[in-house]
Amino acid sequence: MKDGVLLSVENLHVRFDTYAGQVHAVNGMTFDVRRGEIFGLVGESGCGKSVTGLAIVGMVPHPGRITAGRILFDGEDLLSKDEEEMQHIRGRRIAMIFQDPSAALNPVFTVGNQITRIIRHHMNLSRRDAYERALSVFEAVGLPDPVRIYRSYPHELSGGMQQRVMIAMALSSGAELLIADEPTTALDVTIQAQILDLLAHLRETQHLSILLITHNLGVVAEICDRVGVAYAGNIVEMGATEVVLNQMKHPYTEGLIAALPSPTRRGQPLQSIEGSVPDGLHLPSGCTFHPRCPHVMDRCRDHTPPRVQFSTPYGDHVVSCHLYAREEAR
Amino acid sequence: MALSPNDVDVRAQRRSARYQEYRLMLGAFRRDILALISLVIILAFVIGAIFAPWLTPYPDQGRGEPNILEKFQPPSWKHPLGTDYLGRDVLARILFGGRSSLSIGFLVVFLAGLIGIPLGAIAGFYGGWIDEVLMRITDVFLSFPPLLLAVAIAAALGPSFVNTMIAIAVTWWPWYARLVRAQTLSLREQYFIQAAHSIGVGDLTIILRHILPNVLGPVLVQGTMDIGSAILTGAAISFIGLGVQPPTADWGKMISTGRIYFIERPWFAGSAGAAIFLVALAFNLLGDAVRDVTDPRTRRGA
Repeated sequence: MKDGVLLSVENLHVRFDTYAGQVHAVNGMTFDVRRGEIFGLVGESGCGKSVTGLAIVGMVPHPGRITAGRILFDGEDLLSKDEEEMQHIRGRRIAMIFQDPSAALNPVFTVGNQITRIIRHHMNLSRRDAYERALSVFEAVGLPDPVRIYRSYPHELSGGMQQRVMIAMALSSGAELLIADEPTTALDVTIQAQILDLLAHLRETQHLSILLITHNLGVVAEICDRVGVAYAGNIVEMGATEVVLNQMKHPYTEGLIAALPSPTRRGQPLQSIEGSVPDGLHLPSGCTFHPRCPHVMDRCRDHTPPRVQFSTPYGDHVVSCHLYAREEAR
Repeated sequence: MALSPNDVDVRAQRRSARYQEYRLMLGAFRRDILALISLVIILAFVIGAIFAPWLTPYPDQGRGEPNILEKFQPPSWKHPLGTDYLGRDVLARILFGGRSSLSIGFLVVFLAGLIGIPLGAIAGFYGGWIDEVLMRITDVFLSFPPLLLAVAIAAALGPSFVNTMIAIAVTWWPWYARLVRAQTLSLREQYFIQAAHSIGVGDLTIILRHILPNVLGPVLVQGTMDIGSAILTGAAISFIGLGVQPPTADWGKMISTGRIYFIERPWFAGSAGAAIFLVALAFNLLGDAVRDVTDPRTRRGA
């Protein structure tokens, strides 16, 4: 295992058995999150990024199941752990936050009541110490007037404050890895920026590693150290954010970035990638992107593309595409 | 656990938070005139029922002692609501009658909740075949007309106060089971429940701590309104002679015995009818107010 890797997902496959047939939600997802880094997992809706997040904490929703792969956390294979062992890891070592913070808080209890319960569940603290700890994590996530927040009901807080409370809860028991599934999607832009700043700040102060799941390339550019671009349940391109966003190699990444609105192209129609995301029931053969790819070649249709590695000053840059396999062979 | 000064501090803070909460609820409540009037009416009847022997100069008549010499007297200073066909003071009968009618109201709802709430929570929480079995059972009970089933049970077990109560409760609990199940189903999918699950909180704790407090609001509303309806049903069962037996006073019984004299001497059947009407209406209005007050989300605007 590489040094400094906290979480390593290898060749993960998740299937959903439905009446319509097997849905291939995640197909060979491979990436790793290093200690103290923010790794962005970016992709369109339905590309399997959220399911991957849930798989890591062992909570793939019914009727989904993990059919292949390994998930190594701090050197231990999470998939071989039983439910009781996973319960010790969830919350204590890996925490997860979601898009809609209001659904994650119980509306009939004060947030203080809820966070102290969580703290006391995970750590053997007295009521007083748990209270102190709650106030200190509220402060750490930049909530003003922690004592007042402590006594507030969820509905009395704004969406941004609720998300801060969620982050506080996630951190309250000393988690090393935070999985943030679209944490800013439900918030407006200025609050979004504040939450992102907070995550970046916590990475520094709490030595937190963050797996940030998002569909927003702007968010990725803002705070991620490295990024993996997911398509149809697989990573098609992965590397340092600067490299992936500026010197992308995969045609899908190119399409995504070309589709971003840009001030220099004001007045021109927005670009888009032809076609739509394949559904997991009928994945295209070969390279899953080939029906939409502008550079499609014959071998793309029936050969799985190889993972081609490039070295850059920012570290490895991995692309799964036949275009580069040819280049490498030359 | 020994109390340190710090513990006291935390507790004091909690207490003050709770105190503030009660004040908010009360404040919202006080602004609702109808609810306040309803509460006064209900309290008056409850106090009247509890302290009936001391509130009337004719406690024996309230308990059923006949006083033939004074029968059919119209309302007067001596008998504010007149006397009935056995000469008993109607006000005393109403006060004593409240004992059975109000107890039926409260106990029926309590029993129905006691059966319905846990079953509903279990059905909604576990789903699958447990849900299927429990819901089919409630369907069976729901398919009977409530009054008819109550009559059948009263007939089978014999007419008495306790049997009336059991009979009504048996027809009533499915509504609570359904209400709680529906709420639980939507709650179960919420992240805070799943999160509790994911860190190994037991099912019982989740149901008690997360599900029940969240369903309590709607249940309280339903319960408050149902007290009125249960009193009505109890009165109906007594009216047809299957409930509380003479000489014990009961509002439904009073209407049924008074109805043949109603044209010339409306005061004793009419008073009992008015009592039922007032109490049922008051519980319904109170239920509306409870709905507004118990939900922390609507309380602000109230």
